Amino acid sequence: MRRASVPAVVGGLLLGLLVAAVLISLVWTPVDPLAIDLAAPLAPPSARHWLGSDEFGRDVLSRAMVGARISVGIALSTVACSLAAGTVVGVAAGFLRGPVDRLAMTVNDALLAFPGMLLALGVIAVFGAGATRIVFALALAYLPSVVRVVRGAVLSIREREYVEASRVMGNSEAYSMIRHVAPNASPQIAVLATSMFGWVLLAESALSFLGVGVPAPAPTWGNMLASARPYLDTAAWLGVAPGVCIAATLLGVNLVSDALRDRFDPREDR
Amino acid sequence: MSAAPDLLRIAGLRLEAGPGRGPARAPLLDDFSLVLRPGEFVALVGESGSGKTLAARAIVSLLPPGVTRTAGEVAVEGRDVGALGPGALRRLRGGTVGMVFQEPMVSLNPAMTVGDQLEEGLRLHRPMGADARREACLAMLARVRIGDPERCLASYPHEFSGGMRQRIMLAAVMLLKPKLLIADEPTTALDTLSQREVLDIMAELASEAGAAVILITHNLGLVARYAERCVVLEKGRTVEAGPAAQVLAAPAHPYTRRLVGSLPSRGAARRRPAQGELLRVRDLKVRYRRRGQAADFAALDGVSLEVSPGEVVAVVGASGSGKTTLGRAVLGLVPAARGEVRFESLDALALKGAARAAFCDATQLVFQDPYSSLDPRMRVRQIVAEPLRRHRLSRAARHARVEEVLAEVGLDQLADRFPHQMSGGQRQRVAIARAVVARPRFVVADEPVSALDATIQAQVLALLQKLQAQDGFACLFISHDLAVVEQIADRVIVMRDGRIVEQGSRDAVFDRPQDAYTRELLAATPRLATSQAARNSP
Repeated sequence: MRRASVPAVVGGLLLGLLVAAVLISLVWTPVDPLAIDLAAPLAPPSARHWLGSDEFGRDVLSRAMVGARISVGIALSTVACSLAAGTVVGVAAGFLRGPVDRLAMTVNDALLAFPGMLLALGVIAVFGAGATRIVFALALAYLPSVVRVVRGAVLSIREREYVEASRVMGNSEAYSMIRHVAPNASPQIAVLATSMFGWVLLAESALSFLGVGVPAPAPTWGNMLASARPYLDTAAWLGVAPGVCIAATLLGVNLVSDALRDRFDPREDR
Repeated sequence: MSAAPDLLRIAGLRLEAGPGRGPARAPLLDDFSLVLRPGEFVALVGESGSGKTLAARAIVSLLPPGVTRTAGEVAVEGRDVGALGPGALRRLRGGTVGMVFQEPMVSLNPAMTVGDQLEEGLRLHRPMGADARREACLAMLARVRIGDPERCLASYPHEFSGGMRQRIMLAAVMLLKPKLLIADEPTTALDTLSQREVLDIMAELASEAGAAVILITHNLGLVARYAERCVVLEKGRTVEAGPAAQVLAAPAHPYTRRLVGSLPSRGAARRRPAQGELLRVRDLKVRYRRRGQAADFAALDGVSLEVSPGEVVAVVGASGSGKTTLGRAVLGLVPAARGEVRFESLDALALKGAARAAFCDATQLVFQDPYSSLDPRMRVRQIVAEPLRRHRLSRAARHARVEEVLAEVGLDQLADRFPHQMSGGQRQRVAIARAVVARPRFVVADEPVSALDATIQAQVLALLQKLQAQDGFACLFISHDLAVVEQIADRVIVMRDGRIVEQGSRDAVFDRPQDAYTRELLAATPRLATSQAARNSP
């Protein structure tokens, strides 16, 4: 075993902190995140409110902890749904070519032509806001890029001789796709997954900012950030807490995913 | 003291991988010396990793990052290369010393016309007017036998075949009238005929211009044909040096003897194996659609042949002759436009479902490039076991068969490795193990040894022969290398432009070729007249 590198350890610590915060928030938060204390709005950090309180006097730390659960939950589900669907479509289109490819890519290009945010807004406008609908909307918005990336990787992999060797053995196309093509596209998919995680966290914030995110009063990092905007010059801590959370999570995810890729790529010499 | 300094003097050159790469390693090149006078033709011989390319790169001070010269001197025309400033080095590279590389597909810039690339060097090294430059380019292209020089200047590299690109590369280098030409495996990627053409032109141009040549190669046949002197390298050490004819005829060092001994040779003709027909191909046609052209390209144009059980039939021909397409089409990997393939009297091209699966189990394919034919994410054991997947075997029986085959190819110790952890020869053994594990009755081997070094090539070829004799599968052996074919084939089929021009028993084709094209191929094959004698000596 190789010793873990410094970036991998830092990333692991950041993600560990996140997981710990989420787990603790399930049973305990310093203050009820929804409790309104109109006597102390916009209080600076203090012994009672470690990270201060917002415009309704709600505890920022508690809200950030619960918000982590919702924000990260939405981001993870979105990435998972988008990757799952996108990988199936992308591998099938790239590997089978022909009519399947043409149909998939026509639909895909049509989706790609819409700005992702507009697409998500449209879906939410039709189906209404809510955590599951946001996941669906964002997954749909990011699906076209996944399909494009996966299909591109598959197009180059399908020309490799080991894929032809699989065909010579009499393996079905479906088996070749699952056993030989998809695993070899996984590095590209992994890179995409990590960057997507970041986009989705930000997109969720943007949706909240536009007022179509997870409905109040439930906290997410996104809507916390959005509601902090008017107070940035008077109560900066409101924006700093969710901002730092988002940045730290993204950094952690990127560092850990780099380390995992190095660890599990069989071609990586060690 | 001699009047003029030697063109090139390398003395005691030592190259090492830079620090910080673990424990001290053996030097990449040690105590290498070479003196070249104008007009000499020297061959550097050795296998991958012997340091021959590094030695050549040291001459123009173009070592890869991390490799440093730790001892010795390299002087071109009496001036130490290491002491040259950037400007002088640029004048040296290209101007005094020209280089031709192995891969003609990547050594020309695909985004520039041939004309621009030829003129680029001239502009840098030989100041002259635009018209004179153009004239010089045209003349040089004509010299390297490019059919239509005017059109060639305005064309892009992808419009030319590998052999033509290598000739264009040669033209670009010789335009600058270098005093030393370094050719690093210039024809390894080319078929026999193009190889002959490129090297003949190269030798001719060099001797006309009075330039010295360093030919880096692992092909002893080429050394015998072109070089005056040769230097044999093994793992960075010079093991033998001297006049080429003498070194090849009476190799003194065991390694050289092994190299010479690994040249393919013709064994006694085998008794025609079992009669009957395993494979019968009738009037097979395959067409490829060509972008932007009305007519399809006929890759196979009415090919008919038979293969008996247990017979090794070689298909030879230049690149583009359709031999690879033939192997693919027979296995149903390329759709046929017309014709018939019967395997054990079943119509192989119309098989469906279980019958198709049975056909796939009975046939196998070994690819040329062992680097891309193995799934990089699977271990050797999994790769070899894959063809047994659909066989109704117990886990233990499957495991036993895999182990047995791995032992047969000599890889039982490496079963848990990934392909990237193995050498090219080992990978090709894995590919062969995968091909034979399900006991096929017919194997298509598409250039299975042409990507390998000489001694590895001999080992893999011997392995293939052993397994073929032992398991008795029939083999369609596709190759452009007649020397290899001579060793392994029972029968030979010669192809040209998608047609069979000659077929017959090996001895008949090699000793009494009927077709002019066959004779041309045979003449172009570099062979060592003396190899037999060398092999018999102790």
